[in-house]
Amino acid sequence: MIWRVEIKEKEDVVDTLGEGVQKDIIDLGIKSVTNVRAIYVYIIDGEITEKQIRIVCEELLTDKITQFYQYTTLTTISSQSSNGDYKSIEIAYNPGVMDPVEESTRKGIKDLGIKSMRSVRTAKKYLLYGRLSNKESDTIVDKVLANKLIQHVVKDLSKEYRTVGAQQQETKFDVITIDFLKANDRQLLKLSQKGQLFLNLNEMKAIQKYFKRIGRNPTDCELETTAQTWSEHCYHKTFRGDIRYQYVENGRKKTKTIRNLLKSTIIKTTKQLNKSWCISVFHDNAGVIEFDEDSNVCFKVETHNHPSALEPFGGANTGVGGVIRDILGTGLGAKPICSTDVFCFAPPDFPTERLPQGTLHPKRILKGVVSGVRDYGNKMGIPTVNGAILFDERFVGNPLVYCGNVGLIPKGKEKKSAHRGDLIVVIGGRTGRDGIHGATFSSGELTHESEVVSSGAVQIGHPIQEKKVLDALLRARDQNLYTAITDCGAGGLSSAVGEMGKELGARVDLEKVPLKYFGLTYTEIWISESQERMVLAVQKDKIEQLLKICADENVEATVIGEFTGNKRLELFYNSCQVCDLDMEFLHGGLPKITKQACWSPPKLKNPRFPCPQDLTESLMDVLSHYNVCSKEWVIRQYDHEVQGGSVLKPLVGVHCDGPSDASVVIPKLDSSKGFAIANGINVRYGMVDPFWMAASCIDEAIRQIIAVGGDLERIAILDNFCWGNPDKPDRLGSLVRAALGCYKIAVGYGVPFISGKDSLNNEYTENGKSLAIPGTLLISAIGIIDDIHKTVSMDFKKAGNLIYVVGLTQDELGGGIYFDTYNTLGATVPKVNIKLGTKIFKIISKAVQKGLIQSMHDCSEGGLAVALAEMAFSGGWGITAQLDKVPFRPLASTVSRYRGKEKRNDTVLFAESNSRFVVEVTPKNQKEFESMLRGIPFGLIGQVEDSPEFIIYGLNQKTCVNTYLDDLKEAWQKPLRW
Amino acid sequence: MVKRKNEIFMSHKVKVIVLRTAGTNCDQEVVFGFKNLGAEVDLLHINKFFKGEARLNDYHILVIPGGFTYGDDVASGKILANELRLRLGNDLEQFIADGKLIIGICNGFQVLVKAGILPGSLEDSEKVQEFVPTTTLTFNDSGKFEDRWIYLRVEGRSVWTEGLEKIIYIPVAHGEGKFVPANDEVLKRLNENHQIIFRYCDPKGGRPQYPFNPNGSTDDIAGITDRTGRILGLMPHPERHFLFTQHPFWTRLEKKGKYGQGAKIFENGVRYVKEKLLKDSSLAAR
Repeated sequence: MIWRVEIKEKEDVVDTLGEGVQKDIIDLGIKSVTNVRAIYVYIIDGEITEKQIRIVCEELLTDKITQFYQYTTLTTISSQSSNGDYKSIEIAYNPGVMDPVEESTRKGIKDLGIKSMRSVRTAKKYLLYGRLSNKESDTIVDKVLANKLIQHVVKDLSKEYRTVGAQQQETKFDVITIDFLKANDRQLLKLSQKGQLFLNLNEMKAIQKYFKRIGRNPTDCELETTAQTWSEHCYHKTFRGDIRYQYVENGRKKTKTIRNLLKSTIIKTTKQLNKSWCISVFHDNAGVIEFDEDSNVCFKVETHNHPSALEPFGGANTGVGGVIRDILGTGLGAKPICSTDVFCFAPPDFPTERLPQGTLHPKRILKGVVSGVRDYGNKMGIPTVNGAILFDERFVGNPLVYCGNVGLIPKGKEKKSAHRGDLIVVIGGRTGRDGIHGATFSSGELTHESEVVSSGAVQIGHPIQEKKVLDALLRARDQNLYTAITDCGAGGLSSAVGEMGKELGARVDLEKVPLKYFGLTYTEIWISESQERMVLAVQKDKIEQLLKICADENVEATVIGEFTGNKRLELFYNSCQVCDLDMEFLHGGLPKITKQACWSPPKLKNPRFPCPQDLTESLMDVLSHYNVCSKEWVIRQYDHEVQGGSVLKPLVGVHCDGPSDASVVIPKLDSSKGFAIANGINVRYGMVDPFWMAASCIDEAIRQIIAVGGDLERIAILDNFCWGNPDKPDRLGSLVRAALGCYKIAVGYGVPFISGKDSLNNEYTENGKSLAIPGTLLISAIGIIDDIHKTVSMDFKKAGNLIYVVGLTQDELGGGIYFDTYNTLGATVPKVNIKLGTKIFKIISKAVQKGLIQSMHDCSEGGLAVALAEMAFSGGWGITAQLDKVPFRPLASTVSRYRGKEKRNDTVLFAESNSRFVVEVTPKNQKEFESMLRGIPFGLIGQVEDSPEFIIYGLNQKTCVNTYLDDLKEAWQKPLRW
Repeated sequence: MVKRKNEIFMSHKVKVIVLRTAGTNCDQEVVFGFKNLGAEVDLLHINKFFKGEARLNDYHILVIPGGFTYGDDVASGKILANELRLRLGNDLEQFIADGKLIIGICNGFQVLVKAGILPGSLEDSEKVQEFVPTTTLTFNDSGKFEDRWIYLRVEGRSVWTEGLEKIIYIPVAHGEGKFVPANDEVLKRLNENHQIIFRYCDPKGGRPQYPFNPNGSTDDIAGITDRTGRILGLMPHPERHFLFTQHPFWTRLEKKGKYGQGAKIFENGVRYVKEKLLKDSSLAAR
């Protein structure tokens, strides 16, 4: 018997889901829909009596106070009910897509004592009221109700749900071998393309050579395993290969060869700095640094760009899940403490008609991504404490989604190694067809066909499953029940087992892997990227204890093989060998490649226009810029306080709505030791010069940590490069230049890299034309804070206090927000003066420790003006300030060329020069503070006022900004207040 | 009670059980709070109770912390509510009848309400619990999950709220926190019985608009008790304002000690057990 249950909100209850859908429909410009009702549908299959189904409805599925239910047997209904008043559309998940509600509902029904249920499926039905055309309803389905990669419209109820409880099929199977040995170059390339291997000819030839040597054709599984291991995503070929770099310096063309970009820039920084508190860097899932006597902290930031472009909710959802597993798999397992998430999108008001074919609208992507992060982070109980959102039109085909997580790990647990004879255990979620080819897919460019070809690469997460895994793992870790652990991420078991068994060799019986449903081939089992799985190496005498702990937490754990010691990767399916590869070939056989890179400075000019007399409107425009404005709508949807450790929250100030610089968290509630987390990202600087973009990103990440009370000596950073196709020399050239910038500045500041990631091939091809994202570097920083009671927030505290600007303002508007409000990029991008910056950071930290600073904010996008405005409205105090007191030095190169010698009000207000802070100090501390600043540029520019007015006097002593706090705040809050 | 006398009454220690299951996630901070106040705290998976490896009877205070138990699938708290009602119902009845304390926070409140443990019998406090829901917590009017700090006016009568300031400031973090009674009669009874313990209010204590009432709750209700005042459920998170530095703008405030405004609630629970349960029973034991 198949029962169909519909649950609906009562008439007088707010149907929030329906209302949300209606809002999205209005956003589409469709006005004919007057009302939307949402109905929850459950399809329950089993030997269940009517009496039982009524109990299920009454005691489980319906909240009788707000909802009512209807049930029917599936045979009694024929087709969708629609009438003149409304159109009824039912949306169900595609077969094989994970739906966590099903699992919970099955459990709920069992708890009621009903054991004869076979399966549960869920769907949502929407009643769209109003006279809407078929075309309109198709648009609504496509743009709001369903993503066809994971969902579809139910056309015929009886046909749709007949398939419930599909029969278990015994899959007959043959070992598939690929005709490889005799293939010519053209055929090899075709094989790579057809199999979605994303390997080039050289690589295919290397595989051919290996199999020629051993005298047989490869199986499909062997080929897939090799392709996945050698993918850009897993192997980072570009960063590890050779690069012939041509560049222009001081007008002269030069060439050099870089062997292993990673080792010669990022890793070199860390080696050179050789900090004793760097515990484990670059070889594990996350970088580990010392925290206190008992514990270390680890930090990792990942990207999940391609999946988020196609299915924003699922992509971001599994992105968060993935980076949390990275932390769980660091050392012998760290406890996730907090998350940071950074996104890049096209502007939310991007004209629909200009969208490239096959892309989703950026507003839909944004909403989906935020929901995905919210869902995973909140449900796992890991606070999302920090982040950033950047908008630029060139992200229209490839949005960027960076997910970061910080974990806490007991000292002594940071090393792991599997031993010969250890069992291979997979724990957590079951394996399905999700995410087949994710690793190789993310190593290619997107096209408008990507959604069709690679739909298997898209998945939905199951945060509760991962929470259960977390609970079980940390207990098992503390009882020393395993010797090594790795997360199943890109490449699935293939990657996890391959990586763990690299030095030992491994044997796996694929039929032992628990599956979500029947019908997977051995290769699919091996490369599936189903979420929420971890792989452990367990000593044989510990296996019983481990299985017991997992059972206690309702986590599935299965022994699937053994680490052998013969340095081979051997896979079997029903006792038949399907893969037999040399670990050495797999991990060392990738042919070295040399890529071409070139960089020359773009020809850019600063714009010429007179400085407006009154800059109030300009300030409003800058505050309303998407990259400056308040992100409160997003932040509030994240639980940023769960676990109780957030000390400086992302929103601060008297009304809890001011933008904090860095977030400060205590991982142990009984200690005052904490850490600060911040990010630096600015793609527009990179359009001028990627070197200085890297410099500014590092400076920004560091100074945000300094601004809350951090210490330059205890800051570590992460790099995350998202670039276009590295086979195109101009893309690679700018990437090289950014990496060189990273090295120079990080070494200069004495701040080591501890981990990083790259995601290349972020290009979107439409009609043969390729649209690349602007090269985007994210620098994430973590700083240890010894006493969180001394931390400082950015909101002005009290009228009568003095306002200082510390640091040097220069004529650096290039790539900045102010120029962008004039639709121009400019040429004079902010640079970094390491000597001065270091001095400033150190003195500011000292002043914080002495308790001399009431509030502090760094000057970043929008410069001094934005910093002052944010501090004022966050604190609820007005200000008066004078620009002639701001320490300013024109750039030598710009003085004569285009602006004359005169300082301009707009330059001083909006320049984005690095290493600057606005600082609030009480009059009592004036002398001591100023004496500390000896030797660095600073100015006492004004004071905090007991007034709602925000007044700035220009260089000529005349008012240039004159407005009210409320107006400033409104300009800042309005753009993304949805 | 004398008959059921057991080792916990002899130990003179306040024993707290923080119950967890799949998706529980505000457990650590409640454990920290109670431990900090000198209680002995066990954090145990509900499976332990199903298997008989742990007994509710061994504790004085039952805490159902926040989180997303079973993903809040079907409805928030519903599946755990059914587990409690159907699989631990008898033990719970006895626990309540013994005069012990229960606190459910956020998802824990949703569980208590959906199991019908709160508000419990509206007629007679001595009546045996029937576990029939008469109120619910449903989707926020805003249609979304929100984390924000709100003001609560403290009302009613409960062991949990003695000595609390009139208005306290603590955060909410939920998507399904809108309190809805089954009908006007239920609401009337809740009022008459002084079972409404916390109402959202504006900073001065007046009637709130969104976002001061963050979810659209009927009559701004944020927390209720049973008729005895011993079982408390609330959507806001007092454990997230246990420490002074958890306050969202503590950097603007004069520090008055280590604790925040939520700590008092937990302190009340511990004190009540010490004064009533431990003292009475030790007398009884003699």
